[in-house]
Amino acid sequence: MAIIVERKRLSFWERTYLPQILSGLYITLKNFFAPKVTLEYPDQQPVIPQGYRGAPVLVCDSDGRHKCVSCQLCEFVCPSKAIKVTPSAIPEDSQYAFIEKGPADFQIDMSRCIYCGLCQEACPEQAIFMGSEFSINAYTRAGLVRHKDDLYKIGGVVPDKIMKWQKIKEREAK
Amino acid sequence: MQSYHIFSDCALINGAIYFGLSVLCVFIIMAFAGLSVVAERKVCAYIQGRWGPNRTAIAVVEDIPFVGNFLKKNGLMQLAADGLKFLLKEDPLPKHVKKIWYMLAPVMALAPVLIVAGVIPFGVYWQDGRAYPVSIANIDISLLVALAVGGLGVYGAIMAGWSSNSKYPYLGAMRAAAQVISYELAMGLSVLPVILMASYNGVSALSIFEIAKMQSGDVWLCMLQPLSALIFLVALFAETNRLPFDMAESETDFVSGYHTEYGSFKFGLFFVGEYGHVVVGSALFIALFLGGWDPLPGCDWPSSWGIVSTLLSVATFLVKVAFMVVFFIWIRWTVPRFRNDQVMTLGWKCLVPLAALNFVAYLIYTSIA
Ligand code: SF4
Ligand code: SF4
Repeated sequence: MAIIVERKRLSFWERTYLPQILSGLYITLKNFFAPKVTLEYPDQQPVIPQGYRGAPVLVCDSDGRHKCVSCQLCEFVCPSKAIKVTPSAIPEDSQYAFIEKGPADFQIDMSRCIYCGLCQEACPEQAIFMGSEFSINAYTRAGLVRHKDDLYKIGGVVPDKIMKWQKIKEREAK
Repeated sequence: MQSYHIFSDCALINGAIYFGLSVLCVFIIMAFAGLSVVAERKVCAYIQGRWGPNRTAIAVVEDIPFVGNFLKKNGLMQLAADGLKFLLKEDPLPKHVKKIWYMLAPVMALAPVLIVAGVIPFGVYWQDGRAYPVSIANIDISLLVALAVGGLGVYGAIMAGWSSNSKYPYLGAMRAAAQVISYELAMGLSVLPVILMASYNGVSALSIFEIAKMQSGDVWLCMLQPLSALIFLVALFAETNRLPFDMAESETDFVSGYHTEYGSFKFGLFFVGEYGHVVVGSALFIALFLGGWDPLPGCDWPSSWGIVSTLLSVATFLVKVAFMVVFFIWIRWTVPRFRNDQVMTLGWKCLVPLAALNFVAYLIYTSIA
């Protein structure tokens, strides 16, 4: 059923349109002096919310062990082929030599990454995380490719509750 | 009657001084136009909750304490960047345009504004007990000159639209023409009571200066003739192609209206012309209705102070112009734009009859009183 909307009959002053202009001017004047919402970005940094998914980075556990075991699952899953892992053995003299593998180099090409987070999901070691970094600049393409050391440096430490490798080591020691 | 000031007995020196003053006048109008561009961007930003341009900086100037930061934060160095951009960009000449008219149009848009600026009384000075306007030309029919030559500005838009040989500029130009014709009429009619009033007061009624002087130390005409002032103001908005009447440009439906095909310096001339028009229009409105160089209604700068009063009067006038320009900008960012048919309705069915009625009513009133 059609609804007939009763139009309010405008008063004489409303039809002159002038009171509306005046009230409009008042509103814009109030806005003029209202605090500004603009974040002056490079000078002021935004507050990054919890759970923000920024650039993927590598992390260490609380013992400072590099967690990545270069299984290359992230490399396979990455839809934009941004990750390139160069696996190698862990040096004999390292206390983590029993883990067998670690990356010689781990590259994430930030000019390719689409921040999908699949690498984080795929990683069996919880070694790669989406960090809180959101502004990534470089003057060259090569500058956008991040290497292992940088990735670990930016990633920092993520405390590991399970400490799987420590347990394995203890078991083997027994 | 000596209608202009003689600085020296030698005609050549006199002419040279007048030439210098004209250049100064053009410079002031240009400076105001440039500043209003900045003001436009700043005011619009503030109204929309933004900061507006506040990062552009010139390397050395930026480092001057206080001043540098002030200029940067208020976007004043952005002005230099904008100007340079217009000057340095490639100036393309599209193949399909009618060249002569195409080149002439920006000049046509700017020139009338500067001519009108010549008859605006920016202040007052006294000599031998008589008051003279601080203007380039003190002519008895300056109001007519201002209205007539000011209306010529639309020829720039029409020429541009026609010579661009493309549909959107053409439509924009046609709308500009229609709009100016209708609002010019309302504007002319709305000042008639003012002219009448001035002639009752026994002053040279078609001179902007005399009308402004009439209000000096007295009530302002916008209080005696509020309807005239209102119609004049609305018509002024339409004349200067400002929102809510920007039919000629209307980015929403015509890309950019009559100057769609223009770029770089030629576009810059249109741009400056538009803001110059706003500045000169404001000056005209102030001289006619807002008491000219008086700081407040009923109080004026005393003639006994001589040159000090003159300087104060010019300063007052310029400050008022600045406020008026900000008012123009304020309106632009407040009132949504009209449709073309609404503009025409408002012009022909509302403002023109109203102005005529106002005039007739004033005639009847004065003949009775
Ligand atoms: S976030 Fe997605 S695109 Fe980026 S590296 Fe991880 S898997 Fe590849
Ligand atoms: S980051 Fe995770 S998924 Fe990628 S190679 Fe290292 S352990 Fe494997």
